[in-house]
Amino acid sequence: MSKQKLTAAGGTEPRSALLQALLDKDTMLEFDDPLGSDMVLNMGPQHPATHGVLRLLIRLDGETVVRAIPDVGYLHRGYEKLAESCSYHEFIPHTDRLDYLSPISNNVAYVLAVEKLLGIEAPPRAQYIRVIGAELSRLASHLVWFGSMAMDVGALTLLLWTFRERERIQDIWDILTGVRFTTSFARIGGLAQDMSDESAQMTKEFIDQLPKNLDECESLLNKNRIFIGRCDGIGILSKEDAIAMSASGPVLRGSGVARDIRRDEPYLVYPELDFDVITFDGCDSLSRYYVRLNEMRESIKIIRQALEKMPKGPVSAQEPKRVLPKKERIYTKMEELIHDFMLINFGINPPVGEVYHAIESSKGELGFYIISDGRGHPWRLKIRSPSFMNIQALPIMLKGGMISDIVAIIGSIDPVMGEADK
Amino acid sequence: MESIQAILNNPYVFAALMALAPLLWILPYALFAIWFERKVSAHMQDRLGPMRTGGWHGWSQSIADLVKLLLKEDLIPAKSKHGLFMLAPYVVFVGSYAAYAVIPFTSAYVGSEINVGIFYFVAVSSLVVVGILMGAWSSNNKWSLFGAMRSAAQIVSYEIPGTLAILAVVMVVGSLSLQDIVRAQEGWFWNWFVFGKFPFLFIAFLIYFLCSLAEVNRTPFDIPEAESELVAGYHTEYSGMRFAMFYLAEYANMFAVSAVAVTLFFGGWQSPFGTFLSGPAWGVFWFLSKGMGFIFLQMWLRWTLPRLRVDQLMYVNWKVLMPFAFVNIIFVGLWMMIAQ
Repeated sequence: MSKQKLTAAGGTEPRSALLQALLDKDTMLEFDDPLGSDMVLNMGPQHPATHGVLRLLIRLDGETVVRAIPDVGYLHRGYEKLAESCSYHEFIPHTDRLDYLSPISNNVAYVLAVEKLLGIEAPPRAQYIRVIGAELSRLASHLVWFGSMAMDVGALTLLLWTFRERERIQDIWDILTGVRFTTSFARIGGLAQDMSDESAQMTKEFIDQLPKNLDECESLLNKNRIFIGRCDGIGILSKEDAIAMSASGPVLRGSGVARDIRRDEPYLVYPELDFDVITFDGCDSLSRYYVRLNEMRESIKIIRQALEKMPKGPVSAQEPKRVLPKKERIYTKMEELIHDFMLINFGINPPVGEVYHAIESSKGELGFYIISDGRGHPWRLKIRSPSFMNIQALPIMLKGGMISDIVAIIGSIDPVMGEADK
Repeated sequence: MESIQAILNNPYVFAALMALAPLLWILPYALFAIWFERKVSAHMQDRLGPMRTGGWHGWSQSIADLVKLLLKEDLIPAKSKHGLFMLAPYVVFVGSYAAYAVIPFTSAYVGSEINVGIFYFVAVSSLVVVGILMGAWSSNNKWSLFGAMRSAAQIVSYEIPGTLAILAVVMVVGSLSLQDIVRAQEGWFWNWFVFGKFPFLFIAFLIYFLCSLAEVNRTPFDIPEAESELVAGYHTEYSGMRFAMFYLAEYANMFAVSAVAVTLFFGGWQSPFGTFLSGPAWGVFWFLSKGMGFIFLQMWLRWTLPRLRVDQLMYVNWKVLMPFAFVNIIFVGLWMMIAQ
């Protein structure tokens, strides 16, 4: 019998490009080798540990990964194209659905890009509240990651403990923004509403208690030899590879590169706040785990300072032709009614030009690139989503690992497929 | 009356009845343990667990689950090997049920009083691997196959230190019969082997307990059905009643290894307080409550610990447990020689 190459469906159907890529590299996979231990395994998009709908094609030798190729796009909703037919205000709710675990940082990232395009700035109080909201969403996102990372390596209890904490953040959002999950909180030139004393008080109580509860959660894993053994030394992503693969956020800092946009290209009021950029240079899953754990403590620090320093004042810029007026004023004032009519029907019409603005979201560098042709909606809007870029580094990390390592590595990247697939 | 007596006197009928007796325990126990595991996990995770079904703390939740599983469609994948696929869950259950034949529930009842009881237990509980391999291979699913390969490697490896730990007890007692082993631990609880022959049999107990966790695929050794890696491991393709048989076998097996741990190291059906509250009926009570203690311990570990990787699992077995088990055996042997 002649040697027959394995194809997607036993040689009858054309191979998919992905499978072809899996087969072409390294050696050929052959059918008639009874002692061969090579096989191609399809992991996902429906799999408990792929954090949504990430699909991996894995070529295995026994349990060892020879080569892995991520396949994204199962949650693609065409947001970049959709933005071209939305007015700038209309697109804000869509940003909630990108990284749905940290909605406020997405809102903030988008409106900052639009504000940069317009050349306006939100008032100081709004900037502080945006910082608090963004850091709360970092906490919420990292708490979910913490629980699911533990669950990926088999410790099931922690997930519920961290969700208990995250639930309290959502309660804060409920009071702060009116919504628990998809907040749509930021507005161009300001915020949807001011931070009430009640939500400030809730935030303060929450960050006072969180360190103690985090200690409790960490005590389950940090000294657990099984957990350390599972994460130590796997998913190696060297400093050079991390930069070459344009990884960002905790993945980059876990490889020892001290880059944090909050410090390196400051935005909002971050320069006035004191915080450390956490780096670990183990380049493995464990380093990324520690980076995120310590980042949560830094976020608590930032929120505490922001709450103290937050000035009184308006939360919307005085830019009547750019910023949506308050509803009650539209009903009673002529000027506001006219502006609202113009803003809703013709949009904010930013000057012709292009702009890129990125923030440090919980997953990494979240950037919005907007090209304006002077009309009420973007001519082009590109989202630089950190999860998508970080998944790029996955094949390097997975190579040489075992099946069990795959889940621990994906867990340490913490991809959110809503963001990766846009 | 006489005719009933005559039927009962028939050795075959009697043997059949005795063989069915453990079912009286296993079935209610499995229903209870499933509910109990949900409650244990829930309370460890700041939840309440099932609260609605049946009234008090959702006591009938597992009965509802059982009915659901009975009513579900019996799905058989088109490309599976049908015969083996259908047979496998029962082979697994037979493996774990057959082990009950030698477990002494009380001084008056043991399914089959054979003089190589513990040897029989070790041998027959290996049958489970055959069923798991059968089910996974015939499912024609790569994930199942991975689970089965891991399971086979794990169970076969962990049997060795486990059996060596059992051997230490056999050397002390000088008999393979489980009833003899229980009788050798007569008196107060400090006569139990786990405390009585300190530290050798205590080490043996630890080794046996770890190996028993691996044998029943419980955390931290649950890699054959690691749900975050292998979806559901060897029973990925099973549904309905066949899936329930796997589940039943798992819980039956959990109790079987716990029962052996109790028999070998915790005095079996003996009362902890000498002759206080002893006797055949109390024996059942002590035996089952000790066994349930171990079940609770297994659940506790499951909801606390992460899972080992397959190479770490082998490391623990061959490089940690095995040397300890061997050294322990040698010391027990020397000690027995000196003591005599």
